[in-house]
Amino acid sequence: MQTHAKKLLVVITEGALEKLLARDVRRLGAHGYTVSDVRGGGEHGERAADWEADRSIRMEVIGDEAVIGSIAEHILATYCPNYAVSMYVSDCGVLRPHKF
Amino acid sequence: MDVVVLFFLLGLGARLAGSDLRLPEALYEALSIFLLLAIGMKGGVELAGQPLATVGPQAIAVIALGVLLPLVAFPILRSVGRLNRFDAGALAAHYGSVSVVTFAVAITFLTSRGVDYEAYFPVFVVLMEAPAIVVGIVLARRGAPGKPVAWGALAHEVLLGKSIVLLLGGLAIGWIAGPAGVVPIKALFMDLFKGVLALFLLEMGLVAGSRVGELRRYGVFLVAFGIGMPVLSAAIGIAFATAMSLSPGGTMLLATLAASASYIAAPAALRIALPEANPGLSIAASLGITFPFNITLGIPLYSHMAGWAATLGGR
Repeated sequence: MQTHAKKLLVVITEGALEKLLARDVRRLGAHGYTVSDVRGGGEHGERAADWEADRSIRMEVIGDEAVIGSIAEHILATYCPNYAVSMYVSDCGVLRPHKF
Repeated sequence: MDVVVLFFLLGLGARLAGSDLRLPEALYEALSIFLLLAIGMKGGVELAGQPLATVGPQAIAVIALGVLLPLVAFPILRSVGRLNRFDAGALAAHYGSVSVVTFAVAITFLTSRGVDYEAYFPVFVVLMEAPAIVVGIVLARRGAPGKPVAWGALAHEVLLGKSIVLLLGGLAIGWIAGPAGVVPIKALFMDLFKGVLALFLLEMGLVAGSRVGELRRYGVFLVAFGIGMPVLSAAIGIAFATAMSLSPGGTMLLATLAASASYIAAPAALRIALPEANPGLSIAASLGITFPFNITLGIPLYSHMAGWAATLGGR
């Protein structure tokens, strides 16, 4: 099986940012993204997803290194100063490179 | 004490005792949609019989009340609480906006005592949701550096948010269908209302209980503000209600609306419009202190206050 090297960006953050992030990653060149509801805790306290204002999301974006890099830098500059954000990048292999 | 409040106390007690009881998130969503629609529809049915000449001027007064409350809260938060302008603006917005569930508990309080009120009150709930949020943001942003507020996106967030869409939608459905039209769905939306409210309050007790621990972090001022501000707001609400010639039941409802603090629409809007504000502070105050205070002690107190005002006014 032949795979093609891409980068996977995972952003775990506040539910309030979902619409803004979805718009930003598209604008910065991502072909798509996946969002799931999650809960957890960190330096901003516990986020148990008990009601609307307590929701957290996990957004996954796969793309070329350059695109993922610009998205990550944008998030660092725009959202990290004031919002609860955990973010990491890892290598991944995809089967259909044109999709990403 | 009303039976629905006992459900709230059960949730609160369970969480404070360390129980990990959780209601499924989907149930919470479904119950809140039900409550908003039912409250809106009940008001809409009654609105059909009201002349616009009565409701119009009252509506303008209610919007003015929504604008005034954050203007009262902000200087208190800045000077007494020594909060920065962002936290003060955010808290002022939460306390000027309204909590629909607190309103629902106030309605059941009046209904169980057989007290009449202006049945189109849900219109006022809709009208009081947004003004304070706008005022709070303007107070915080005035003269401060930083990105300008994206008012278009904010209007979308608030005006098309769950509470306004469902309350207004329910009002429209009730108004169009009329008393005869809603009969087929009455068994679901009207007869089950109190049971659903009880379940929802169990969940709210759990949520409020998990916020109480955070209060220690924010100190005495926040606790004092969380109790003092609603009582002050209720007094202002009663003054407005008297000027609007509302019934004693309506006076108590407007006092409760003024006293209630938002924990759904305001946090969502402010997280985007005022990212610099600490959301934990507003939530700890509105959900950890003011909501429990209002539904246990506040509502009976506002009922008394409305009674005293009526006696003073010779009504």
